[in-house]
Formats: sequence, C-alpha cells, structure tokens
Amino acid sequence: MEVKDKPGIYVYGDKQLDRVEGEAIESLKAHSQQPIPDPDRWLAQEIQRNVLVTTVDGALNWARRSSLWPVNFGLACCAFEMIATAASRFDISRFGMEIFRASPRQADLMIVAGTLTWKMAPQLRRIYDQMAEPKWVLAMGACAISGGTFAQSYSVVPGVNRIVPVDVYVPGCPPRPEALLYGIRMLHHKISKRSIISESR
Amino acid sequence: MALKTEPFVINVGPQHPSTHGVFRMRLTLDGEVIIDMEPVLGYLHRGIEKLAEGRTYTQNIPFTDRLDYLASMSNNLAYVLAVEKLAGIPVPERAEYLRVIMAELQRIASHLIGVGAFLNDCGAFMTPFLYMFREREKILDLFEMVCGQRLTYNYMRIGGVSHDIPDEFLPALDKFVSRMPGFIDEYDQLLAQNEILLARAKGVGILPKKLAINISASGPVLRASGVKWDIRKADPYSVYDRLEFDIPTGSVGDCYDRYWVRIQEIRQSVRIIRQAVEQLPPGEVRTEVPHLLHPPVGEAYGHIEAPKGELGFYLVSDNSIAPYRFHVRAPTLINLTALRDMMIGWKVADAVAIFGSIDICLAEVDR
Amino acid sequence: MTLALSAKEIASQVEEQLPGSIVDSSQDSLVVNSESWLAVATFLKDTPGLDFDYLTSITAVDYYDYFELVYQLTSLKHNHSLVVKTRCYGRVNPTLPSVVSLWRGADFQEREIYDLMGISFNGHPNLKRIFLWEGFHGHPLRKDYL
Repeated sequence: MEVKDKPGIYVYGDKQLDRVEGEAIESLKAHSQQPIPDPDRWLAQEIQRNVLVTTVDGALNWARRSSLWPVNFGLACCAFEMIATAASRFDISRFGMEIFRASPRQADLMIVAGTLTWKMAPQLRRIYDQMAEPKWVLAMGACAISGGTFAQSYSVVPGVNRIVPVDVYVPGCPPRPEALLYGIRMLHHKISKRSIISESR
Repeated sequence: MALKTEPFVINVGPQHPSTHGVFRMRLTLDGEVIIDMEPVLGYLHRGIEKLAEGRTYTQNIPFTDRLDYLASMSNNLAYVLAVEKLAGIPVPERAEYLRVIMAELQRIASHLIGVGAFLNDCGAFMTPFLYMFREREKILDLFEMVCGQRLTYNYMRIGGVSHDIPDEFLPALDKFVSRMPGFIDEYDQLLAQNEILLARAKGVGILPKKLAINISASGPVLRASGVKWDIRKADPYSVYDRLEFDIPTGSVGDCYDRYWVRIQEIRQSVRIIRQAVEQLPPGEVRTEVPHLLHPPVGEAYGHIEAPKGELGFYLVSDNSIAPYRFHVRAPTLINLTALRDMMIGWKVADAVAIFGSIDICLAEVDR
Repeated sequence: MTLALSAKEIASQVEEQLPGSIVDSSQDSLVVNSESWLAVATFLKDTPGLDFDYLTSITAVDYYDYFELVYQLTSLKHNHSLVVKTRCYGRVNPTLPSVVSLWRGADFQEREIYDLMGISFNGHPNLKRIFLWEGFHGHPLRKDYL
C-alpha cells in the first residue's frame, strides 16, 4: 500500500510481511532435511586422534626454541649467576637448556657472561664461527653490553656486539637469575617469529 | 723395534668446561704424561688498578667486589681496612662484629664453591656441585636480606658498614648455622672415604712445605702443606682476637689435604659466627666520614685472610680524593707460581684436578 | 700480632755487614740502593734472628722522577715484618736485580711489574708480558700513559 503523503513509496501491509517471512522459513526447512556432515570427515578416526596439523614455520620454531643448548662461555662474575640459573633453585632445565655444551659445534646459543677483553676477543669470534647455523647470542650483564664499569679501560672491549652480532641484551650487574630467564623468554619470542622463507639465501 | 716419539704441545684453552674462568695452559706431553706446562694469563685483565686511580676512595669499593667475585665481602673488608689504616679512622664495635659475621659467611660460601668445583673436576659430575649450590643459595638469601645483592655486595664502607641488619636477619642466621654442621656431616659421609676421590686426590699434586713458603703461598694451599699460618691468628684484624677458633692444617700438601682443609674451615667458620652473634653489641654501625676523603700523605698495606689466601691492598695517598697507587696483592696469582712444579709427572686428567684444588678465581689473578 | 720491625734498627744491622747499601731509613721502611739490593735481600733472608723467608708482596709505584719498588717481607718463624724499598731512576728502560732466586713468589709479580710499568729485572728466568698481549704498545700503569 502506498504511504499517504509520499507518492511512489510502498510499504508492505502486515499480512504481506508475515507471508514473506513464512516463505523464508519454508524454504530453509526444505533445504535442511539432512544433517550437515562433520567437516573433518575426510580424516579417518584413528588419524584424527594422532595427527597435529600446523605450519612448517610453527613446528620448526617450536623445536628450536624449546631446546636451545648454550655453549659454556662464562667469563667473569655473571658466569656465576648463569650457573646459579642452571642450578636447582632457578632450574634452567625446565626450558630444555640444562646441558651446557663444552663444544660449540653442538650448541646453538652463546651466553656471553662477563667482561670481554681484547686478549680474549679472537677466541670469542672463533667460538662463534664454530657454532652451526641457526645460532643466537645473548649478552648478559653490563660488561657484555657496553663494557660496564670497565668501559674506559685500556684492555676491555666496550660491548660484545663489536665482535659478534647480539640478539638479546640482559642488563644487570650481575643480572639476577630471574632476569636471565626473562631474557631467554624474550629470545624464545624472537625465535618464534622466524620464517624459513626469510632465512634461505 | 723402537718407536720414535716426540713431545706434543696441547692447549687447554681459555674456554673449557671447568668452572674456573678463562685460564689457558700450554701442556707439553709425552704420551699422557705432562713434561712441561706454561700458564697463560691475562684473558680477564680489566685494568682495575689504573681505573682505581681515577675514582675516589668510596667509589673504589664496588671495584673491589669484582675482584674475587666469589668472596666480595672479604674483598670489601680488606680494602676498607687499608683505607682506615691510611687515614686513621676508627670503627664502631657493632660494625666490627657485623663485618666478622659477613666475612665468615662469605668464607663458607666461597669454600662451598671451591670444593664443589674441585669435585666437579675430579669426575663427580654435578651432584656435589648442586648440593653445595643448594646451601650457597641459603647464604645468598641472607646476604640479600642485608644488602639487596646476591653476588657483588658493596656492603662495607670506610668507617663501618653500610647499614644495620634488619630484624629478620638474626633468626634466619640462627636457623642456617644450626643446620650447617649437619650438612657438612652428610657431605663427609658421602665423600671423605670415597674410593674414587681418594684415588684421584690422595698423593696427587704435592706441594712440599719449603716450596710453599718460598713461593709465598697463602690460605688453604699453604695450610694444607703443613704451615700453620693464618692472618686471623698471626696478625689479628677487626675483632678476631676475641673469638676462639682452630686453624686446620694438613700434613702432605696434596689435593686431598686442600679439600680437607677447606671442609674443616667451614666448620670453624660456623663456630666463629655463633660466637660473634652472641657477643654482638648494640650501637651505631658507621663513623661519619666526609664524602670526599682526603687521607694524609703516606701509604698503608692492609691485609686479611680471605677465603683464597692473604688478600692485601697497598694504597699510596697524596692527599687528594683518589688514591695515587692502588695495588692488590692477589693471593691466587701467587698461589699459581708453583702450578708447574705440581703438575710435572702427572697425567692430563690429573692436571685438571690439581688446578681445581688450588681454587683460583681468574678475576683476581688478572685484576 | 705481627710486629712491624723498626727499620732504623735493621738499617744499622745491614750497614755493619754491607756498608753503603742503605740510602734512607724511617720508622716504617728501609730504602736500599738498587745495586746492593740483592746482597741486602740475601742478608735479610739468611741471617738468624731476621729470617725473612716469606715475601708477602712487591709493588711498583711511579713517582715521576723515579720508580719505587716496595717489598713487604715477613718472617713466619718470628712473626715480624719489614718494608723495604728500592728506587730506580730514569724512564727509558729502567732495570733492577730480580729476587726470584731468593723468593720464587716474586716470579709472577715481577713479570706483572715489567708488563704494566716497564721495569726490567736482571736474572729473571722468564721475563715477558703476562697480562697484556705481545705487541701491546706502552706500559699502562705509568703515569704518562693515557
């Protein structure tokens, strides 16, 4: 029926509206005679319980970050906080890292804990080069980040990032074991953002 | 048919699995037997002596923490003793007793690591080390209660200590001290007559008495060789002359004696702490000292019995705010002088055990 | 209590035996001529009654005109100590006799002084740099090293 003062605009009467809605319900009922099948029915029952579907990146990053094996590189006082983190109170084993490898070829994380001097710097570079890809470096303590208290000395490298590229910096003098664990978690977040496409050269 | 052999030089490099830090040895081997050894030091030389000439006397106290980082309280104590000797500053009695308590707790902590690392090197891979760490964490909790830090405390000040102990400290200390002898007994039971430890440590790396005196060894290394010399008894500082304790002395000077001396010293330290807590007087803990201290022109040598030996500081002052010369008499550097003599004739595996029994801390050797 | 011996008495004893070797003596320390230092050291070590068999420490101090070496000697038997000093003048290649033949504890300490201060020691079996690497220019602990 037409609206009173506005010619050319029509509004359905009550009965017409009801009829249109009733037709929609009837057509839906006609199409819903069978139940919608299970979306996963393409996997057999057995396989469904035993197969986890994920991306290659997700799986690879999870494997890499959950079992980072550090190489033994304690230089000075921070080394003892690193050892305390590995001891029974602040167990680093719950992150899969309790094995501090003596050989760099079997390790993928280098925690540089302590002051680096110029006399030691070639050995640091050598150990870093001997580690296999993928590898990460964590600079622990003020001395490893920037030279710390000894930055003006004639024999101290002002920051480990002059010799090797560093991924995570953990400040403190020495940082508490909880701080080191927080730094390791940040490294885990960093690793989980990697993708194999950007890695390949 | 005679086989032609020649000696072979290997490098036990600066990065190696024992927890002693960056120390390098060049071993000349004839088969497995060591015929010569040369230590290479300096991988942690940070130039503390030069840096200290540019900082005031109070600003140098954190530097001393980082010398032997396993015994920071003792280092602080030696330095402030030397400065107080130089400038003639008296120390209140309560501060003296607090210093003794902290120094003895620190001695226990340092010996725990020394013994744990030595056993680690002997082959008991991680078990004693972790047991020692468990007890050490209790001591670090006590220290954290007092000064807020776990490793480098910066607690002593020129003229006393930094601040007084909180109320929770003494009950917690009592609890620790009452359980410590039981822990040492448990440890002794596992290790003192252990066949493997006896085979690896008895008779190995002997340091004869005459040589020990000639090389100016000090601390447990000297006492294990049979010389009864302890600065706390010979030249008492602080309030050690009012406390009763024994000085354990070894007989032969092998690795087992050095290990045994350290364990006994832990027991004696517990005894000293008990007496010091009983005799602790009330009072203030620090004499007022100006911020920028101008000591009179002169020099002073202050020494203490640190856990690793005789730690001394030689300071020269020219009446300015910074020391003219700051020299550390590092006990571990001097104890290393006889390392070559102790190692010749033994095998490579013994080299690691002998080196571990001297208990060095590279930051102090290299300063 | 370790008795810090009065250097004046020791000075008179030393002067009897080895005349011309003492330069100066005060309450605290004894200053010895660098040429006769080895003879004085042997005397101090071997004389019964003095018996300084333990060398506590050696320090080198750079006063701009001269270098001064301070030896802290102790006797374990009698529990007394003495401070002996000796000087060497000149900044280009200063030399002093080494006491390694008497007290082997001087070995690493003299190497350290050579490394950081530049003072050479005659008679040292292995005088080379200990803390800094071969090829480092200069001697850092000298006052004119920047």
